[in-house]
Amino acid sequence: MSKRSTTVYWTGFSIILALLIVAPLVLPEFWRRFVTEILIWGLLAMSSDILIGYTGMVSFGHSAFFGLGMYGAAAALLMVKPPNLWLAIVYGLIGSAGVALFVAYFSTRLRDIYFAITTLIFSQIFYVIIFTWTEVTGGENGLSFRRPPLAIPGLFSVPFTSETLHWFVLAVVTASYLILRRITQSPFGMVLQSIRENEARTRAIGYAVERYKMVAVMLSGLFAGLAGVLYAIQNRFAAPDFVYFLVSGETVIFNVIGGIGTLVGPIVGAGFFLLLREAFSRFFTEYYLIPVGVIFIAMVIFMPQGLLGFMRRWLNQ
Amino acid sequence: MGIEHILAAIPWDKIIIQTVNGIVTGMILALIASGLTLIFGIMDVVNFAHGELFMLGAYIGVVVLATSGSFWLALIIATLVVALLGAALQITTLRPLLGRDPLTTILATFGISLVLQNYALWQFGPVARKIQEPFTGYFTLFYLEYPWYRLLIAALSAAIIGAFWLFLKYGKYGVWIRATTQDRVMAEAMGIPVPWVHTGAFAIGAGMAAASGVLFGPLVGVNHTMGLDWILKAFIVVVVGGMGSLGGSIAASIFVSLLEAYASIWASPAQAVIVSFVVLILTLLFRPTGLFVPTPK
Repeated sequence: MSKRSTTVYWTGFSIILALLIVAPLVLPEFWRRFVTEILIWGLLAMSSDILIGYTGMVSFGHSAFFGLGMYGAAAALLMVKPPNLWLAIVYGLIGSAGVALFVAYFSTRLRDIYFAITTLIFSQIFYVIIFTWTEVTGGENGLSFRRPPLAIPGLFSVPFTSETLHWFVLAVVTASYLILRRITQSPFGMVLQSIRENEARTRAIGYAVERYKMVAVMLSGLFAGLAGVLYAIQNRFAAPDFVYFLVSGETVIFNVIGGIGTLVGPIVGAGFFLLLREAFSRFFTEYYLIPVGVIFIAMVIFMPQGLLGFMRRWLNQ
Repeated sequence: MGIEHILAAIPWDKIIIQTVNGIVTGMILALIASGLTLIFGIMDVVNFAHGELFMLGAYIGVVVLATSGSFWLALIIATLVVALLGAALQITTLRPLLGRDPLTTILATFGISLVLQNYALWQFGPVARKIQEPFTGYFTLFYLEYPWYRLLIAALSAAIIGAFWLFLKYGKYGVWIRATTQDRVMAEAMGIPVPWVHTGAFAIGAGMAAASGVLFGPLVGVNHTMGLDWILKAFIVVVVGGMGSLGGSIAASIFVSLLEAYASIWASPAQAVIVSFVVLILTLLFRPTGLFVPTPK
């Protein structure tokens, strides 16, 4: 890769990052929250891009990871007094890692469409468990809790404002992006991409394809869980709706709209989707999914690369 | 504690009732799943919108029944309308995707299912509608008044599946469908209009989903989310029965529904669903090619 395009890439990265840092200071409250939410959904979509875009496995079960991240955070915030932000993250990651291990072990035995179907069914298993196990999960009502303060033990502790929450989310998402980008460029990431291109040949060369896939699902699940924790902290509740399959479906939509295999594409896709929803719910109220669904189908047919697909090579260098 | 003690503890009456219940839901499920398997087998399309076609069928049944008053007319019109809709959907969205990665079709049909589901919500509202049973006779099964209509559902579903099987086996177009499923290129070379066979197969699958929707409508309320429950069950059945195998998915439908029915003797129906998930997991662990297909060589 040429030196000049590296400079361009990092300049672009810094400009966008700077804009996102400044955003909460200039935007009104509604849009401030909106941008934070885009970042969280973007992180979820980005985690699923590891599977869809880089390994070639479409997961329709990311809501399970996301939801367990939420419930893990809820467990930490409700059981441990005083509520601790970092503990919430750890619990959320443990929750999603547990689910991811389960899903990875079973569903990576299958390929293509069957992988998609089994991940969908697994996410519904967790949905049914959470929905019916009322004593622990609060059933249909979910769990609500107080937001923990932003604290580093021994240094400082301040309650979250909407600005600091935005910056915290931005920091987590940026760090996740850099880590995921590094992973996709590592030898491990190269093996994943070769599985996407030609699984049989990758196996023939001697890579343990199943093991790589399992690690990929685990990795993807962890970052999805992280997104769940952030969403739980932002909204101060965990609800079974977020384990429901519709969230997984939206995650796939974000990826396809934004452009798979680009990592930033899914974030752009999430932003585009949420903007569309905002725009269409003015006219169509809760039926906004009718026009959004039509746009989605049209994009699958006419623009399979997504919004950022044309920059795919450049973004991955 | 002797063996007769254990025998006495088994609730035979409940088991027999649940066997009948399981077979009834199993036949409905088989009707949905065989359409799904047909579409999958012939064009590698996992039709995510299949549950929505089922749901639309039920709604059209509600509307026709309300205007004409005839259940049988509702059944026929719903089947035809949804079959036509299926053909239109296939031509507009799936035909352009032919030859691309099969995963794109799952995305496209997922989009269709979102649109259809929200359209139904918009048109018919969130309140469940009811389809009146065509006749309301009962017979006594132990302490229960068991409706004849449920048995009629099972019989009708079996008849539709049987007719479909005969059509595939002996009908001219049925042979076309089987030929295209086996080898698309060769079928094309023999002069079979493959794109239209695809459209036709999709229409037949959609029509079967709609018919099961109308048949099933009287048992529960018709609402816009009913498709999703059934598509999940149908997916499980298709995986458990062995992908693309028509006989396998029919056997698996009845097997899974029976297990769920027995489980709901002891657990609530919402929890009984977990049984079918367990069956799926065990299948994936020990026999990922499917329970009801011969072992591949």
